[in-house]
Amino acid sequence: MTATAERRGAREQGRLGRTPWVLVVPAACGLAFLVLPLAGLLVRAPWSTLPRRLAEPQVLEALRLSLVTASAATLVCLVLGVPLAWVLARVSFPGRRLVRALVTIPLVLPPVVGGVALLLVLGRRGLIGQWLEAAFGVTLPFTTAGVVVAEAFVAMPFLVISVEGALRAADPRYEEAAATLGASRWTIFRRVTLPLVAPGIVAGAVLCWARALGEFGATITFAGNFPGRTQTMPLAVYLALETEPEAAIVLSLVLLAVSVAILASLRDRWVGGA
Amino acid sequence: MSLHARLVVQRPRFRLDVSIEAASGQVLALLGPNGAGKTTALRALAGLTPLSGGHVTLDGRPLHALPVERRPIGVVFQDYLLFPHLSALENVAFGPRCRGVPRAEARRTAAAWLERVGLAEHAGARPRRLSGGQAQRVALARALAVEPRLLLLDEPLAALDAHTRLEIRSQLRRHLAAFGGVTVLVTHDPLDAMVLADRLVVVEDGAVVQEGEPGEVARRPRTDYVARLVGLNLYRGTAGGHQVRIDDMLFHVSEDLHGPVLVAFPPSAVALYRDRPDGTPRNLWRARIEGIERHGDSVRVRLEGPLAAAADVTPAAVADLDLSPGQQVWASVKATETHAYPA
Repeated sequence: MTATAERRGAREQGRLGRTPWVLVVPAACGLAFLVLPLAGLLVRAPWSTLPRRLAEPQVLEALRLSLVTASAATLVCLVLGVPLAWVLARVSFPGRRLVRALVTIPLVLPPVVGGVALLLVLGRRGLIGQWLEAAFGVTLPFTTAGVVVAEAFVAMPFLVISVEGALRAADPRYEEAAATLGASRWTIFRRVTLPLVAPGIVAGAVLCWARALGEFGATITFAGNFPGRTQTMPLAVYLALETEPEAAIVLSLVLLAVSVAILASLRDRWVGGA
Repeated sequence: MSLHARLVVQRPRFRLDVSIEAASGQVLALLGPNGAGKTTALRALAGLTPLSGGHVTLDGRPLHALPVERRPIGVVFQDYLLFPHLSALENVAFGPRCRGVPRAEARRTAAAWLERVGLAEHAGARPRRLSGGQAQRVALARALAVEPRLLLLDEPLAALDAHTRLEIRSQLRRHLAAFGGVTVLVTHDPLDAMVLADRLVVVEDGAVVQEGEPGEVARRPRTDYVARLVGLNLYRGTAGGHQVRIDDMLFHVSEDLHGPVLVAFPPSAVALYRDRPDGTPRNLWRARIEGIERHGDSVRVRLEGPLAAAADVTPAAVADLDLSPGQQVWASVKATETHAYPA
């Protein structure tokens, strides 16, 4: 804390009187509630056998699958989500508010319900899945591609909301300036809009990736739990908990480490901000 | 080779309806108070604000039907809007690139333009590293690099401090003189307009109230706003020969006119006296001092009375006459220092 901030803090306390216990006690309990489980994870971790456990093929396989599918899902979200965010932010059309509400549904929907919905549409008997199989011989459920679909479904709102916010905050007059220089709408998007909102896209992509990495409900419902094919880290953790609790702790530690790394990378944007 | 435009923009509580004409090589200034619709007019010329009516014709070709990116225009925005993620060179090369010029050639063109505005050594700098004056010159280079037929400048000097402004104004004048197309610039600063423009169009409340050469506008203001801008006292009256009736007062002027007229005289033409002066100057009236303020090297005294007027006197005169607000004085103007013209 800088000297000025310290002085300001002291003055505010002096003016407002003692910090009330009624607020401090629940606040401390809340903090403990959030932090203790993570601390427990660290305390109970089998540190001595950790390197060996991490090197187990099953763990590595789940980790590899998680990283690959989360990255692929993020890519899908970028390709579809950035244009969607652009349309929501820059094109006015009737029902825009409704569309924006629809986009955020996966945020509040229980992921299992999302998985069921995906099965109904993209399953072998599903509305689109049936046609996909007949026309292209493509089946999505219970495949690695299915994992990507489930993760993208759940994670895309994070990207769309973040990018749309960045687009709304960006000064649209830069786009006007580009138009007066002869740029078409596509050129403006590519050479002016995208670079201007790049930080928002990166933040959205990281959040999206983190959400995809932790996805459980929609994945297990839509893609099942096949080691090496659809068994991602969270699924492996859940399965290991029943048979081999120590392995579950190790896998959880890896996911925790990834989360902390993401938080650190977004520090300035989400945590450090005013 | 010229611009003919009638710009009508209808908004819920505002209507812009102005006609402007300019020849190639001419610099036309839209001058007016804030909110008069100058920037709206400029945006309408660029196609950034849709016209509710009217037309824009450049070199005989209708422009209003074309989308912004197809118009042969260059725009310098008030706060320049240089792309923050591109270097000065890339900013200037942006236009040529969009118009299909190969990358290497666009960069050569951009480098040449930066050279012309004296910023060759700042080619690699990002806009946030540039000073206000430098950013203004990059913005001008960027607008000119597309070789527009119509150059539009929105308050090009408003964002600069007084010192930079002086320097950039003279540079801008040089670049505008070298530009072969039509220039339309928007400003609320009469000095910018007088120095830069060949022709002034004064806009108030969405309509043209006066137009002409800068000298003509400065000599013969037609509205209170213009009179204030050019620093003249202005009155409306009815003339009968060398006499003009302004409200209750009979004013003597040197011109021989009949019917509705405007009478203008500079504040420096007004003389002030504590006591009624000897001899009888033709235009003499009793006035009350409303306010006294410093104005350059002299002191401006605001007078209330039959003629509300500004008078410029020397600081010594203020001391000698012991002038202070609320005081009654005698004010006079020689007929030869007034200027009357048909309203």
